[in-house]
Amino acid sequence: MKHLRLAILAAPILLASAAFAQNQVATLRNNAPLDQEGEATQIPGVVNTDIRQVRNYPDQPPLIPHKTDNYQVDLNSNKCLTCHSRTAVEVSQAPMISVTHFMNREGQTLGAVSPRRYFCNQCHVVQTNARPLVENEFVDVDKVIDYVKTQQGGAD
Amino acid sequence: MTGPKTGLTRRDAIKAQAAAAAALAAGLPVPAAAQNLVTDANVTELKWSKAPCRFCGTGCSIMVATKAGRVVATHGDTQAEVNRGLNCVKGYFLSKIMYGADRLTTPLLRKTGGEYDKNGEFTPVSWDEAFDIMAEKWKKTLAEKGPEGIGMFGSGQWTVWEGYAASKLMKAGFRSNNIDPNARHCMASAVGGFMRTFGIDEPMGCYDDFENADAFVLWGSNMAEMHPILWTRITDRRFSHPHVKVAVLSTFTHRSFDLADIPAVFTPHTDLVMLNYIANYIIQNGAVNEDFVSKHVNFKRGNQDIGYGLRPEHPLEQMAENADKAGGASEMTFEEFAEFVSEYTLEKASEMSGVPAETLEKIAKLYADPGTKVMSLWTMGVNQHTRGVWVNNMIYNIHLLTGKISTPGNSPFSLTGQPSACGTAREVGTFSHRLPADMVVKNPDHRAKAEKIWKLPEGTVPGWVGSHAVKQNRDLKDGKINCYWVQVNNNMQAAPNMMEEGLPGYRNPDNFIVVSDAYPTVTAEAADLILPAAMWVEKEGAYGNAERRTQFWYQLVNAPGESKSDLWQLAEFSKRFTTDEVWPAELLDANPDYKGKTLFEVLFANGKVDQYELTEKAREYGNHESEDFGFYIQKGLFEEYAEFGRGKAHDLAPFDTYHEVRGLRWPVVDGKETQWRFKEGYDPYVKAGSDYEFYGKPDGKAVIFALPYEPPAESPDAEYPMWLATGRVLEHWHSGSMTQRVPELYQAVPDALCYMHPDDAKAQGFRRGTEVRIISRRGEIRTRVETRGRNKPPKGLVFVPWFDARRLINKVTLDATDPISKQTDFKKCAVRIEAV
Repeated sequence: MKHLRLAILAAPILLASAAFAQNQVATLRNNAPLDQEGEATQIPGVVNTDIRQVRNYPDQPPLIPHKTDNYQVDLNSNKCLTCHSRTAVEVSQAPMISVTHFMNREGQTLGAVSPRRYFCNQCHVVQTNARPLVENEFVDVDKVIDYVKTQQGGAD
Repeated sequence: MTGPKTGLTRRDAIKAQAAAAAALAAGLPVPAAAQNLVTDANVTELKWSKAPCRFCGTGCSIMVATKAGRVVATHGDTQAEVNRGLNCVKGYFLSKIMYGADRLTTPLLRKTGGEYDKNGEFTPVSWDEAFDIMAEKWKKTLAEKGPEGIGMFGSGQWTVWEGYAASKLMKAGFRSNNIDPNARHCMASAVGGFMRTFGIDEPMGCYDDFENADAFVLWGSNMAEMHPILWTRITDRRFSHPHVKVAVLSTFTHRSFDLADIPAVFTPHTDLVMLNYIANYIIQNGAVNEDFVSKHVNFKRGNQDIGYGLRPEHPLEQMAENADKAGGASEMTFEEFAEFVSEYTLEKASEMSGVPAETLEKIAKLYADPGTKVMSLWTMGVNQHTRGVWVNNMIYNIHLLTGKISTPGNSPFSLTGQPSACGTAREVGTFSHRLPADMVVKNPDHRAKAEKIWKLPEGTVPGWVGSHAVKQNRDLKDGKINCYWVQVNNNMQAAPNMMEEGLPGYRNPDNFIVVSDAYPTVTAEAADLILPAAMWVEKEGAYGNAERRTQFWYQLVNAPGESKSDLWQLAEFSKRFTTDEVWPAELLDANPDYKGKTLFEVLFANGKVDQYELTEKAREYGNHESEDFGFYIQKGLFEEYAEFGRGKAHDLAPFDTYHEVRGLRWPVVDGKETQWRFKEGYDPYVKAGSDYEFYGKPDGKAVIFALPYEPPAESPDAEYPMWLATGRVLEHWHSGSMTQRVPELYQAVPDALCYMHPDDAKAQGFRRGTEVRIISRRGEIRTRVETRGRNKPPKGLVFVPWFDARRLINKVTLDATDPISKQTDFKKCAVRIEAV
């Protein structure tokens, strides 16, 4: 829901500030001329609220809502699984890793986590509190479904 | 507590649900708005189609869900061999890459007072006006300077037919070989290595090697971040089979070291020494596979002292004995080769590389032990290297000495950076010296073959080698190239030495620069005309990945506004020229049938490319180019292109097949793909009874090259005491023009930081987060120090990624290239760091 609203808000701002009738069109550069470098923003903090985020679609790997500084995930151990493994969640109350993580390449469920899923940070990332440089107008499927229903005369 | 996205509290949600449940219990009709689950299949059903990932050269297959003209979801394709349902974090966010709010939707031309002005402001114009001014500039330059005065810079992200159309338009239409892809920055040394050692491009092995190897050796590659899905296959193999060993070699510690049984951080450029030591170890310890070597290998001594690909007047080039004969080599014997590498002892290798002797010996043993199947893997650490072709050759040396090649698990495997660096840049031959199927413009027979397939008069394709990527920027600065078209890449951000070469070149008042892109990139800002491009699933496409797998996709959604694919732009632009305007009179007098025709007619409506009716395209998908041109242009281009490789060990399957399958690995012969080339039983091109045949070479033998250590172009000194290595991070792809516009990826890694050893930081009084200038002899940027990040450089080296448009690290890098491949060394230059 938020995406669509943001996109609508963002459009006039962009029109006014970026793309047309001027020289500095590279949106991601914060208006610094190409031959100059603006001040480097502070390293932003990592969001550490433990509040789960809405996924953009069911297949999106959930974002990590907490810091992972110094988490050891290597040949010897996987710190993430101390809270997120099947057997740990009763104590940790963290979400259990998805059932897909027990499947091998052939789609068979193994007795333990598949090694191909071992390095959590290939798919799951933390979020900093940096403000996006440009809005994204991706529309959530629920909104699209609402739109389709309207087009079909409100059938549901 | 308030939820971060919805603004609803948990209590509100429960109350609404409770009310709905109570209404149901009371038998009342539930108002639609209160029902929290939509179940009508007509409404909830999504249309799922396959497409290869837009990012790296791994070539994962993606399932893309569309509804009402929008991409609404993506996930890993469970039916695809490459990734079997997995994606990396970037791949999982592909759904959002097309929806940055600043998509370009109309051509933008720099104007003042309604007229084109190099220093004017970007102003929306029609496609007609855009092509008018382009054609005017092109015609003027062609008249004044001839084909050498125009240039094009393309991409390993072009679809196969886009690269093919661009190459044909430039090399045959405009008769200019000044076309090069950004794959020059990425894979040129790999190509040079393949051509020198095997005489034919691209890996002999394939991804099935991951499930068959006993040891993996990463030469400078950080696969955990750059090829994450292939890394899952190595991780799977390593953990599932405890005998498997992983060696990771790099100039700094990074995430791939998390899986390393044998970690090794080495002094930049000493891979040359370590590889010669391993060759020496293999020989000294009787581990040479003598049967294999005697039957299938020749030995050659490569020319030495070959320079650094800098401008010819640079003192380093003046001093280099063989700067103009960098690729030369002479015959030698095995005994002479053994003598050559004998000076690379364990002690010497350890001293020069800084890697402990026992570590080096462990790595050497992996190769030497006949029972250990070894897969070597490398990408930019090896290729972006002033001796990149040599390092490629030297990795093949140790696989050839031991015969560990072309069989499952025995695999020197050159990884690829871009989704179609192989499929388009290399196979189509969009380099300034190449033609399709490994042919070259210098060879008159190759040109004749191209002219025949293209149905063009003899002598149309010029024999001069065009300017490569780095030279194009120099030529722009020097005013030698005046009209320049950049498609699907962000070379102002990507190319080295931006302040001395790239930016002065684009802004040279004599030049007219056109940039086609989906987003307003740094390169677009440096241009004079920006053309809005359709991207990824907004067009029908084909990519070829690192394991020779060709994959197709359909146009799944429409591009926004007036944006059009690069293919459409190329073909449409060709309509603006007649042969009389661009071909010399002699050529037309000898071939009067071609007189007065447009380039579109001779290149695209040539009876071949236009032979497939629009009705042959898939009815359920759009195809904006074919609908405009009135014929199935992608099929026509692909089938014409495929003629080059069929029967020449580059066989592609029929066009329609690729829309059905999850890709096929060429050569595809009798409907069957090829997993391991050059090995009898796997490769149909190998002669019966030969066991192995390296048929890229006339005698069927691969070449082992004797090559020495030579120092880098620039090393740290008193004034610039630190090494700078640049590269990527997992969350962003290349210059970040797509991934920086996905909020989740941006917020995961928003900034390019200066990764630095804590002791180096402390010595200069920096802490984590200190704002610093990174300064070289060429330029500087401002960023912040990171001492606790995922990359852990040794003392004396800093790492800065290049994805960040606000921190253009290529203002700092050096435009030294491998003299053979002309690929830039982005991994080594000297810098100093100062607090702001």
